[in-house]
Amino acid sequence: MTAATLPPPRDAIGPIAWLRENLFSGWVNSLVTVLIAAALAWLAIGIGGWALTEARWSVVTNNLRLFLIGQYPGDQAWRLWVLLAVISVLSGISAGSLGRTTRVLAITLSACQLLIAALILASPLGLLPAGAFVLNAGLVWVAFFVGVRGLVPRRAMLVAWLLSLPASFLLLSGIGDSALPSVSTNLWGGLLLTILLATVGILLSFPLGVILALGRRSELPVVRILSTGYIELIRGVPLVTILFMADIILPLFLPGEWRLDRVARAMGGITLFSAAYVAENVRGGLQAIPTGQIEAAHALGLNGVQTNLYIVLPQALRAVIPANVGLFISLLKDTTLVTIIGLLELLGISRAVLAQSESFGAQMEVYVFIAVVFFILCYAMSQASYRLERQLGVGTR
Amino acid sequence: MTPEPRSTSATTVPPWRDVRVLRIAAQVVVIVVFGVLVVFIARNFLGAMEERGLGFGFSFLGRSAGFDISESPIPYTPADTYSTAFIVGLLNTLFVSLVGIILATILGVIVGVARLSPNWLVRRIASGYVELIRNTPLLVQLFIIYFAVFLQLPSVAQTLTFPGSIFVNQRGLFLPGPQLNASFPIWLGLVAVGIGVLVAARIYARRREDAGRPQPGLRSIAWIVLAGIVVIGWVITAPVVFDLPVRQQFNFAGGLALSPEFSALLAGLVLYTAAFIGEVVRGGIQAVRRGQLEAARALGLSEGDTLRLVVFPQALRIIVPPLTSQYLNLAKNSSLAIAIGYPDLFKVGQTMANQTGQPVPVIMMVMATYLAISLFTSALMNLYNRRVQVLER
Repeated sequence: MTAATLPPPRDAIGPIAWLRENLFSGWVNSLVTVLIAAALAWLAIGIGGWALTEARWSVVTNNLRLFLIGQYPGDQAWRLWVLLAVISVLSGISAGSLGRTTRVLAITLSACQLLIAALILASPLGLLPAGAFVLNAGLVWVAFFVGVRGLVPRRAMLVAWLLSLPASFLLLSGIGDSALPSVSTNLWGGLLLTILLATVGILLSFPLGVILALGRRSELPVVRILSTGYIELIRGVPLVTILFMADIILPLFLPGEWRLDRVARAMGGITLFSAAYVAENVRGGLQAIPTGQIEAAHALGLNGVQTNLYIVLPQALRAVIPANVGLFISLLKDTTLVTIIGLLELLGISRAVLAQSESFGAQMEVYVFIAVVFFILCYAMSQASYRLERQLGVGTR
Repeated sequence: MTPEPRSTSATTVPPWRDVRVLRIAAQVVVIVVFGVLVVFIARNFLGAMEERGLGFGFSFLGRSAGFDISESPIPYTPADTYSTAFIVGLLNTLFVSLVGIILATILGVIVGVARLSPNWLVRRIASGYVELIRNTPLLVQLFIIYFAVFLQLPSVAQTLTFPGSIFVNQRGLFLPGPQLNASFPIWLGLVAVGIGVLVAARIYARRREDAGRPQPGLRSIAWIVLAGIVVIGWVITAPVVFDLPVRQQFNFAGGLALSPEFSALLAGLVLYTAAFIGEVVRGGIQAVRRGQLEAARALGLSEGDTLRLVVFPQALRIIVPPLTSQYLNLAKNSSLAIAIGYPDLFKVGQTMANQTGQPVPVIMMVMATYLAISLFTSALMNLYNRRVQVLER
């Protein structure tokens, strides 16, 4: 009888063996397990008891509208629905045609909308918006199957995404006539403003960062020194100082008649800050390109711009995408800092909520709610980046 | 078409296609654009300041500040100058950053090692902690710690008492404060003697080993002697006495009193940075190749010696550079103090900017100071990094 035909020993497989190996592998380990399990149970009972009986979640549900869109006027809310529907359709189609990574985002988008719908049901906002969110979540999946069929060419999707940002700005702020009256950015707030700040920051800081990274590796000393100086200066100071610059000092640096909007200034500050970090990431990718690639491009007769555009950047950017997603997660978290300069994004609006007499003493409920919202968004992004990393095969090539 | 004979002389290349000319031209263009931008900004700025009847300068630094600062490591009154106020802010930032870095490193190493624990429960808790902290904004965490925990603590009358004379209430944290006794130098001398004995014993043991006659246990005995000197010396000379906080009618006096703002900021920074340091430590340990571990075991090293002599020295090389950037992040994140009212560099700077109406010179000073802190920290860590890297063969 050979060893291969013997069944494994009883105590080496199964749940009991797993327990023994992972939790009770010695008396020290067993003691640690018991102590930690007791502490966890105590914590769970404490937190669970608070969350289920003591916590006044009505503070959150009663102010759900503020948390979602701030003080955006109610009679203009249809614009937000249009925007949300467009985003849902676009991400649904993208998820269908591009696959894995974008699929995580589409799933998150529809799940978040269902979650919001559930929250709305518990709030005094009524059935209509809840139904609209559910409808939107469904729209993501309808669009998804359209995308899977390949009915929409990828190039059209790219153009649509690029156009969607300026278009949504125009839609939100209005053009000032009777059909689309302008809405002051002072009224933008809540989750809407958080996501806008983050999206604009991500989309604008990326190209700026690539330019800075190329500048830092330029052969022209003037360009190199300016880029390096900018990157090191920005990376050496905290974001709040940059936001302070954008809020208080930028208006002093521009002619008096140029009135830049407060939200726009905050977006500019976040973009300029983030670009320096993107630049350092991209520089890492650029350094990983073997010189032979550049020499080969020159030998083929490509000029400097063509070499960068067709040979260097496509390889470098692919290598740094996961690192950049990490950066964008911190950018999303950093948008909370605009609270300090008085914008009413998700965290800033919480002050308005807590100032109401009926929310007195509900700090924990409000801040825990905000923390949960950020956790969902950031966790989804990090999962997407994890998949992207595998999809692109970074590190295995 | 007959091909023209190719010229080998460089002079025939027209200037608009000559790389050398183009390079210089491009740089001139960049300099001109940059210069125009600087002049544009300067003119607008000076115009705006003139409109307000203010100039640009640092002369306000000598004037009396006129605002109070809630906590300061050096004596400070509102009658002191703006420059003193600025230094108070700087010292507060340095203090919270330094204490934060030390505590975050300790907690971070614990988290990093716990992520690799053989115990499933410990592993899961550590990774849950890391995920929770890394996926929520620091500012929200600070708000939870400060507004939802520290400000909701019981009043002085209902102070929470913990063993070891630790008191917690709305006014902050009251701990026993260490104070040096007159006998401290004597104890320090005893410790120096003990360390001398230890070093001598190690040198002697090394010699015996080189001579092929090892004396096992000699090092342990020397360690025990050192520990004995330190402990017995401590008991006899009492070099440090603890000043216990004493409850008075409306508050606590004596001991080490930490304000709620400082405690909340410190707790937030430490908990946040420790999660990131934990990941750095885990990555460093995992990057040590398995063969190294197996070789150490094959050589018969004990579990502790394997970690101390083989794993950590190699992991440290990988850990130090990302650890540096975590330290820098902590120092920069301490500027979030403004949201909860701890008077750090940025908060004092903002008050100064508001009062003097001179935001530009003030923010220049603040940014230059943060930049200096960053450069100094990374220079220090680079020095350490070089020392660690020397271990490489």
